[in-house]
Amino acid sequence: MPPAETVALAAPRGLAWRRLPSLAIVKPYATVGIAIYLVFALIALFAGRIAPYDPLEILFAPDGQLAASLPPSAQHLLGTTNLGRDIFSQLVLGARPSLAVGITAAIGVASIGTIVGLLSGYFGGLIDTILMRLADVVVGIPFLPFVIVLAVLLHPSLTNIVLSVALLLWPNAARVIRSQVLTLRQRQFVEAARMSAASELRILLIHVAPNVLPLSFLYASIAVGWAILTEASVSFLGFGSADTISWGYMLQDAYASQALSRGQYIWFVPPGICIVLVVLAGFLVSRGYEELLFPKLKD
Amino acid sequence: MTHVLRRLVLMLLVLWAIASILFLMFRLMPGDPTTAYIDPTFTAEQRQVVLHQFGLDLPLWRQYAIYIGNLLHGELGLSFRYRAPVAGLILNVLPNTLLLTLTALVIAYIFGALGGALLAMKRGTWVEAVTIPLVLATRAAPEFWLGMLLLAVFAFAFGWFPSGGAVTAGAAFPSALARVTSADFAHHLVLPAATLAIYLQGLPLLLMRANMLEVMQEEFITMARMKGFGEWSIMLRHAARNALLPLVTAFALGFGASVGGNVVVETVFSWPGIGRMLVDAVASSDYPLAQGAFLLIAAVLVVMNAVADMLYGVLDPRVAHAAG
Repeated sequence: MPPAETVALAAPRGLAWRRLPSLAIVKPYATVGIAIYLVFALIALFAGRIAPYDPLEILFAPDGQLAASLPPSAQHLLGTTNLGRDIFSQLVLGARPSLAVGITAAIGVASIGTIVGLLSGYFGGLIDTILMRLADVVVGIPFLPFVIVLAVLLHPSLTNIVLSVALLLWPNAARVIRSQVLTLRQRQFVEAARMSAASELRILLIHVAPNVLPLSFLYASIAVGWAILTEASVSFLGFGSADTISWGYMLQDAYASQALSRGQYIWFVPPGICIVLVVLAGFLVSRGYEELLFPKLKD
Repeated sequence: MTHVLRRLVLMLLVLWAIASILFLMFRLMPGDPTTAYIDPTFTAEQRQVVLHQFGLDLPLWRQYAIYIGNLLHGELGLSFRYRAPVAGLILNVLPNTLLLTLTALVIAYIFGALGGALLAMKRGTWVEAVTIPLVLATRAAPEFWLGMLLLAVFAFAFGWFPSGGAVTAGAAFPSALARVTSADFAHHLVLPAATLAIYLQGLPLLLMRANMLEVMQEEFITMARMKGFGEWSIMLRHAARNALLPLVTAFALGFGASVGGNVVVETVFSWPGIGRMLVDAVASSDYPLAQGAFLLIAAVLVVMNAVADMLYGVLDPRVAHAAG
């Protein structure tokens, strides 16, 4: 992977969305990534119909016994938890909070990063100094500890996790977009716009901003995975939102209920695989996308 | 030299800013400022000592000045749960975290450097097509889940390793050094260190591969080929040596980030380190301990970021010159 700073030197061509279809065809990795995204998006969308049970409902066997720790069967595809809850239903509904956190956090990271990068690179001077020193400070804040402390000081919820991810992950995007803006500012079409007495704001929004959008998109696709991993970690540590069934919650539940020592792999392996797949999809898409944006870097 | 000096000043500024952010965060909590330092069950005497020590009856700006002054003296308050000074508590568990992190990082970077160099030689083959997604998958896996898998298989199913802690409960050692060099400690270290190493090896591996591919384009490699050196000699003595440099800075950055990122691994394996102490402190509303642990983790991160930057300049003089 090339260092971020050199990535910025090559000017990207074309707009982010126009490149998406060609991306899928050119890059097999990216195709796999987009396919994984689509599958999980569909699962999340139709989760209510796919899941056979309420994920929190405590189930009983026909003879009135608690349906606890059942092995996989036709009624319970992945068996049940030690409290008689259907694991498959939890897994299916767990796609929703994970994707929601991933997508909203990605939008947050990309928006803050783009705005800071644009302002910093375009106006320079004092604004640039302040924003870049702020980025230095944010990079020095330990990520997971901050998310945990913030989650507890405010109150544990998905919104607060998204908030802390967005607050801490923007500096990389901002730095790279800033250096991109620095080179764009010297380009002739910006010069021409300035000659024709276009206002600063107009130049920034119409001439500069569209050219950094592919970078925003790149950093968004990386942030999806980070946000999902963060939600899982925070839920596992017990600071997640109490009323949300997420994959992280399932893993925490399994860990705390001694599923490990009982060897109930069917409980804690599937949620982990789901997390790996979704995060991996983000990596694959961003990798393929990066190579498409900056063809020079193809080794 | 000015490069190093400037970086040190920035480092101190960042440390000060983070300490200030933490001060504000804990003052934003509902309730009056004393809730951050004084537990309702403190004795009247303890209460008075802490109240005075942190100036909690004074206006906010005076409290802030006292807080920064206390920090400079390493005074972090009294833990609610342990009724002991926070500084002593966190320094006590810090060696456990450092040993775990260093062991894992060294394994991850040795493996990553070798694997990355090999992978660069296998460029364009099916080995590459299979390995790269696999390496990316290890980076996509939540650390605590990797830990759970290792626990379930090697601690519970096979019983090869203990399921948690740093030493067997009740074991006594003549000194702290004897404790960490004991076979018992090493036995407990295997699973958490392996978990961390699996998670960490992806970065050096991919970095090494990219560096190797880049270095192999350089003229001195062509030169070495023309001199008739063997392929292995060229790879190891010429290419790998140069490709290793960026890994040194990545190691420093990785060290800083891991000390904070360890919270989940330490929790899964009940490893008595600073990450788990932070999680426990936050969960039990032990605010002074939580603040202290957070600050120490942040300090390690900030210092290592600065070290990485300075190393970068030392190892590659072009950077220092470019930065002026």
